Amino acid sequence: MAERKVGWEPQGQHTIIGKEVQRTDGKQKASGQAKYSNDANPPGTLFAKLLTCPHAHAKLVSLDVEKAKAVKGVKAVQIMAEPGQEIRHEGWPIVAVAAERREYAEDGVRAIVAKFEVLPHFVDEADLKGAEAAEITDGGMPAKLTKSLGTNKKGDVEAALKDAKHVHKGYYGVHTITHMCLEPHGSHAAWDGDKLNVELSTQNVSGTAGQYVKPLGVDAANVSIHCDFIGGGFGSKFAVDEWDVACAKLAKTTGRPVRLMLDRATEMQIAGNRPSAFAEVTVACDANGKVTAWDSHHWGTNGPKGSTVALAVTPYVFDPPNRNRTATGIITHCGPDRAWRAPNHPQACAYTDTALDDLAAKAGIDSLTFFQKNLDLTNLPHIYAPELEIAAKLMDWKTKWHPRGQGAGQGPIKRGIGLALHTWGGGPHQSNVQLKVHPDGTIEISMGSQDIGTGTRTCIAMVAAETFGVPLTSVKVNIGSNKYPQAGPSGGSTTIGGVTGPTRRTSQQALWKIFDLVAVKYNVDLTTLSAKAGKIWSGDKEVCSWKQAASLVGPMALELTGGPVTEEEGLTSKQVGGVQMAEVAVDTETGIVKMVKMVAVQDIGLVVNRLLARSQVYGALIMGIAYSLSEERIMDNKTGRFINANLTDYKLPRIGDIGDLVVEFYEPESEYKRGVIGLGEPPVIAPGAAISNAVANAIGVRVPVLPLTPKRVLESLKNKG
Amino acid sequence: MKSFEYARPETEAEAVSFLGEVESTAILAGGTDLTSLLRAELVTPARVVDLKRIPSLHEVTKVDDGIQVGALVTLEDLARNPLLGDYRSLFDVVDGVRAIQVQGSGTIGGDLCHLPNCWYFRSGYGLLAMENGESLPDAGDNRYHAILGNSGPAKFVNASRFAPALIAWGAHVRVIGPGPQQAEWLPLEYFYVTPRTSEQGNTVLKPGQLISHVWLPTAARFASATYEVMQMEGLDWPLASAATTLKIESGIVRQASIVMGHVAPVPWVAQEASRNLLGQRLNEETASLAADIAVARATPMSMNEYKVQLARTAVKRALLKALDQSPV
Repeated sequence: MAERKVGWEPQGQHTIIGKEVQRTDGKQKASGQAKYSNDANPPGTLFAKLLTCPHAHAKLVSLDVEKAKAVKGVKAVQIMAEPGQEIRHEGWPIVAVAAERREYAEDGVRAIVAKFEVLPHFVDEADLKGAEAAEITDGGMPAKLTKSLGTNKKGDVEAALKDAKHVHKGYYGVHTITHMCLEPHGSHAAWDGDKLNVELSTQNVSGTAGQYVKPLGVDAANVSIHCDFIGGGFGSKFAVDEWDVACAKLAKTTGRPVRLMLDRATEMQIAGNRPSAFAEVTVACDANGKVTAWDSHHWGTNGPKGSTVALAVTPYVFDPPNRNRTATGIITHCGPDRAWRAPNHPQACAYTDTALDDLAAKAGIDSLTFFQKNLDLTNLPHIYAPELEIAAKLMDWKTKWHPRGQGAGQGPIKRGIGLALHTWGGGPHQSNVQLKVHPDGTIEISMGSQDIGTGTRTCIAMVAAETFGVPLTSVKVNIGSNKYPQAGPSGGSTTIGGVTGPTRRTSQQALWKIFDLVAVKYNVDLTTLSAKAGKIWSGDKEVCSWKQAASLVGPMALELTGGPVTEEEGLTSKQVGGVQMAEVAVDTETGIVKMVKMVAVQDIGLVVNRLLARSQVYGALIMGIAYSLSEERIMDNKTGRFINANLTDYKLPRIGDIGDLVVEFYEPESEYKRGVIGLGEPPVIAPGAAISNAVANAIGVRVPVLPLTPKRVLESLKNKG
Repeated sequence: MKSFEYARPETEAEAVSFLGEVESTAILAGGTDLTSLLRAELVTPARVVDLKRIPSLHEVTKVDDGIQVGALVTLEDLARNPLLGDYRSLFDVVDGVRAIQVQGSGTIGGDLCHLPNCWYFRSGYGLLAMENGESLPDAGDNRYHAILGNSGPAKFVNASRFAPALIAWGAHVRVIGPGPQQAEWLPLEYFYVTPRTSEQGNTVLKPGQLISHVWLPTAARFASATYEVMQMEGLDWPLASAATTLKIESGIVRQASIVMGHVAPVPWVAQEASRNLLGQRLNEETASLAADIAVARATPMSMNEYKVQLARTAVKRALLKALDQSPV
């Protein structure tokens, strides 16, 4: 209070920050009042639908849309692919049709005559040899389907393997998954003269307007992007997509508002996915269980571009003294990838911590002990060591641990436990803020940010309420429009630091200005002033109410703007570590894996909202359980199609599949002092390896590829791994 | 979804005549399957006939030799009806459906007529999933396809959840139409067929016909159970299932019927396995042996050998579950 220094209060001294606070917009969301792009339906809105290519690889030979134009209710068609064009995956948009009603749009799509010449395809993402052998011609030219993504070496792996006490060779993998946003991609576009107003389902409110400029010839300043609520993004909604451009063009052609949201199958086929990764790994340790060497070749696909997990994160978290690594990308006729929560990390963790766990088993060492022994090979041993202790207690590791396949189980049901570690940056993005203290005491904060479901709106309000000592209801937060001060996209766990930092700093600065006014008006010592519980205090003496203080700003609001935070300010930081442990029960007669419990211990610096932070981890664990046990894109080699692009065969967990989730934040003063760090990505990284390790511990064999479906578990049991 | 006429008959005869008037019709019961089929344009009827307003189809009545259940009886009503309290294997199925929405709207007749979930069929390649004369499941991804009865062109698995249990009970179905007064009872086992050509369906129903009722023999002194192998705890389809109805006297199996689901284009009656149990004391060992016999002739495809193990487990567990429920 005395010293005017931007920063957080010492640990334990905040009133609202760090507490469990429900979302300020929770009731709106739960009651359906919250409007999403998918809900935008002002009078006159036309419904648009896409004709897409049903083939994995084809050439569009001819296209006739005339009959579609004549269909009842159809107002316009927008061609999105030209005859002669090569189509490189199923779901490729060909034509968008806008009509008075959804059914008319469907009739219009049906009336389009699109002829394709079907070309050979390759969609088997795990089959490196097949990709190398495939000869698929694109436009008459032979195309190689594999791409070297680099190789590099450190130390002397060969010598280290020779000297090693235990050497393990294994094969691991994780299939492609999609983002499966509850709200699919899409937008509602409406023109008002030369102004374009878009309700865009986006993680990037401030950064998308410019993407309409070139295709539509509109001035960037005339594009409004609006998104109050978004039904999931997970990294797949940073950009304006070609179907959004088509939607705006249809709106221009017809002079009517148009809504175009992808249907579920198309959403899954073309709106992004997380690349697959498969790896052959050799890993070795000395007699003490110290990892001495790593040698790996991994491959996978991200669709037409032919990439997979980055070399740089292999092996994951652990960096042994001797290490060779090679990566190969496979070009497939599958839909293109997009950033998926913690890009690269979940896959790398899934083939690293499993290989290490297999090595531990070979060396006859308890997995926990083995990982503890090797923490000095990680970037954050001082974080992981105490987190492992905390997690082990919460899991009751010592009691539950048993050598692989030797647990006491009832009949065919075998229990096991496993663990994995992860890291992530999570530093702040660049966000600006405009803050107004109105003479009536209400506070208004505007930022061109978005709430992608994590509670951004609530957290901004909490920081302002904390700083001014007012209730949350006195703070009004405006986000979700590019007409507010520019803010960074919500991705990579950058938002919480990015928005709370400028909010805190600017709020403090505004408060100090008000303190100046209060000191003069009430003749009190400036250095003694503080704002708490709706009042201004001088020491422990009440000076005036917050409203009285705010009224001193005069007839107009006190308005301040603030720029992005820097790490030096001490409000935010980056680089966190987390530990997860999983307990499973495996039915060895059916191969069905049931989650019993997951423990997540996570460092995130200063916790802003404990309830929402915990929810964020729950969500990550559930997504992790999904890709570990049931969720995968299944590409049919025969037809080249994403054969389970529906919510029946693309299996997602329900409440009964989750088990007990235990979340603990690691927050000693040393970590608290680092300030706010993002949480979106880290907890989704480790579940794959932790669950796979638990299954191996339960049944005594490694099921190498995620998800661990009954088919894969039974096959591994039959082949003994 | 293509547009269609909507008809809402109030009697069985009216339903049949509505069905007979136009070339292509679809029958709406609970709609849990038909809605998806219409939206995907896998069925494109000129007329949809909604049976919900026909009172007789909602009734559960005691008849001389058993219970008659209307085809429109929902899963929820079935589980609540005291007349059906002894048919435990049916409850197992209702429990397995899990989603209260489906339990509340799905009907017994609709379940029996549920079209296969084969992903090639659902992607528009037809029941036999042929393309250019080649079987897609044969050459493609058959992880969920048939392991029995798959030597012909049909590789899909029958999707009905209740058929195994009902067949194990010896249920009959009443098929009405195409004439307004035509009605015929036939064993449910014979209701299903394995199509050999793309013109054939997977049941005996001809255009203008529908199931109006299911008849179950009296349940007294029988034990029954269904075991569905479900990967997920939520809404999901069984990877394999088995149902059994047993009469056990002084610990000895006197009558046995075992039927497997989701393993073949039709519900698969495991006659040999059932016969083998007669005169035996049912326990872990004899149940395992019966299970082995039930899948002994399985002919798994390239990717679904694991389903043999699942079917075996389903049979064993259904038998042991029924034993637990058996009146002493």
